[in-house]
Amino acid sequence: MDVFLPQILNGLDKGAAYALIALGLTLIFGTLGVVNFAHGALFMLGAFCAVTMKALLGLEKVTLDPTQTTAWGTPLEIRVPYIETWLGDFGLLLLEYSVPVSLILAIPVMLIIGVTMERGLIRHFYHRTHAEQILVTFGLAIVLQEIVKSFFGANPIPQPAPDIVSGSADIGMLLGLDPGTIVYPMWRMVYLTFSGVVIASVFAFLQFTTFGMVVRAGMADRETVGLLGIDIDKKFTIVFGLAAVVAGIAGVMYTPILSPDYHMGMDFLVLSFVVVVVGGMGSLGGAVAAGFLLGILQSFASMNEVKTILPGIDQIIIYLVAIIILLVRPRGLMGRKGVMES
Amino acid sequence: MISILKKRSDIILLLVFAAVVASGPVLFQPIGAGYPDLLQKFAIFGIFAIGFNILFGLTGYLSFGHAAFLGVGSYTAVWTFKLLSMNPIPALILAVIAGGLFSLLIGWVSMRRSGIYFSILTLAFAQMSYNLAYSVLTPITNGETGLQLAQSDPRVLDVAFGRDYGAVLPTPDLFGINLSGYPGYYFCGALLIVCFYISIRIFRSPFGMMLRAVKSNQNRMNYTGLNTRPYALAAFVISGMFAGLAGGLLAVTDPLAGAERMQWTASGEIVLMTILGGSGTLLGPVIGAGVIKYFENIFSAFNENILLNMFSFFPEPLQHAAAWVAGLFVGEGWHLTLGALFMIIVIFLPGGLMEGAHKIINLFRRKTDSDGPQKSADSAPAPAE
Repeated sequence: MDVFLPQILNGLDKGAAYALIALGLTLIFGTLGVVNFAHGALFMLGAFCAVTMKALLGLEKVTLDPTQTTAWGTPLEIRVPYIETWLGDFGLLLLEYSVPVSLILAIPVMLIIGVTMERGLIRHFYHRTHAEQILVTFGLAIVLQEIVKSFFGANPIPQPAPDIVSGSADIGMLLGLDPGTIVYPMWRMVYLTFSGVVIASVFAFLQFTTFGMVVRAGMADRETVGLLGIDIDKKFTIVFGLAAVVAGIAGVMYTPILSPDYHMGMDFLVLSFVVVVVGGMGSLGGAVAAGFLLGILQSFASMNEVKTILPGIDQIIIYLVAIIILLVRPRGLMGRKGVMES
Repeated sequence: MISILKKRSDIILLLVFAAVVASGPVLFQPIGAGYPDLLQKFAIFGIFAIGFNILFGLTGYLSFGHAAFLGVGSYTAVWTFKLLSMNPIPALILAVIAGGLFSLLIGWVSMRRSGIYFSILTLAFAQMSYNLAYSVLTPITNGETGLQLAQSDPRVLDVAFGRDYGAVLPTPDLFGINLSGYPGYYFCGALLIVCFYISIRIFRSPFGMMLRAVKSNQNRMNYTGLNTRPYALAAFVISGMFAGLAGGLLAVTDPLAGAERMQWTASGEIVLMTILGGSGTLLGPVIGAGVIKYFENIFSAFNENILLNMFSFFPEPLQHAAAWVAGLFVGEGWHLTLGALFMIIVIFLPGGLMEGAHKIINLFRRKTDSDGPQKSADSAPAPAE
């Protein structure tokens, strides 16, 4: 128990990121029938929304204090963030909570990016082959990540979590185990809760609203829904925006766990595709389940006990599982017949 | 009668191709590409692209993991240099075999699915190989440093034939001809011509026709009771062998193999070369490979000063602005150009440069039957319906 539980917990947060990206990918597959290789780049853009927000909040007013001097004899520079001079303590609070605050920036930005992408580019590729869809979104992913690289540089930019959740919690104590058996970083718990909320709200949105009903109907039979006089294209544009937002906020909240750099999107994209394939193309539940499952498996594979028996298994476990699943259950864990079977 | 004509035109095509390869150093001199390092790259990536085209151009299976075979070829070749001989022939033979075997393994699994599943599977396999080469397989691949030759390597065959390299680090040579510089280019170029010939033969063979049938409608092939998978797998293995050969040649011209050759960006680059030139055409991929490698070379060499000089006819502030914008695309930003080029080609010219050339030629000829020979070959099987 006290061996497995920490590994499960460790796997969950990575699994949560996979699940969120895979959820967006599946939404786009299911509705638009488009293979979006730029989805990892959306995750990355979300993470850089957090970086931008932090930089904006942290803009400092520099004043020279002639009464004090530094060790070099020059007047001492006093740096005060503008936000502190304007808003006082609340400003400092905002600065400390820059990562969650960035969500306010990330949601509209990602929505705009998503809708623009769909209207400007993806729309023209509905009737082209899958190979061409893959290629054009692949090109877009490269362009996006290179633009980010030219603005933010190639090095990872660390983003601190708010102080109150930056430490670790001894969860083992809560479960009646000895102190120190299960120590879990608090931000990861925040991330888990957050992703749970996002996943639940996406499902609720699709299940309980009229809009969601139309989207689900469109996933099942696009043509018929169109014939009923519903402008399904417009709905699907919004779905694309929604998927972009989910990927973006997943990226924002992941920044304290992994310092964002320009190629983080591609690293996650490949794995997220594998997650989608394992979960079953077009199955939202499958994508989420497979995301968490593979995250946990990866965490188990990186245990030292496992690595001594099978060296390197942690590097390839996800791909191995994907290959086995595809050979045994070609439609993935929860794939339905006839969905994306080309 | 038509088949004879076709054959004659193919022979002309091959001869012209060979002539261009042979006169490469002179021909590419005016555009500043007449030096052996770059010419070798043209030839090597030309071979790689020809191989990829046999898979993607003919069968339509989009593999995103071909760089893995290139990497395997390089590693095999370097190990052959280390263990057997500095002669490139055993190294290349083993590299082709290794590329073939590895692609057989990956293809056997990946070919069970088609379409996007296939692309994702090959991408996953390539990433897996890349991760392994970086971590666990370090004893074989030498991890991040890359696999290098050492003076103390055994080189069993060389020793058996009484060849001694003395106290210097040996370089690959073909029976005493040092394969750097122009001899290296002509060695690669000769292999490129051979590969081009093989590619023509495959395109014109019944096997090639079968591969095209797989592309146009695999379901119909299956319904007629024909199992298409062995054909597609054969195409995959052939293209894997071409990639292995290209990887081996990379090691011949520069005996160093690193894991970054297997990264997904490398796989993406070969896809771009093929579609840029025109997938499914004979010449296209070679042209695409040449164009990409040429511009990579030119663009990467730019720096801020050159740019400022270039825009010196602008007024001062505009000059800096123009240099900044252009600076995004050159030097370090070469990948941005690559990505943008990728999108532009797929959006506006899915048939690649070859299609563009056909369009322009037809524009001047004002032909009423504007379809090129490619189209008529595609529509030929239709009556059999």
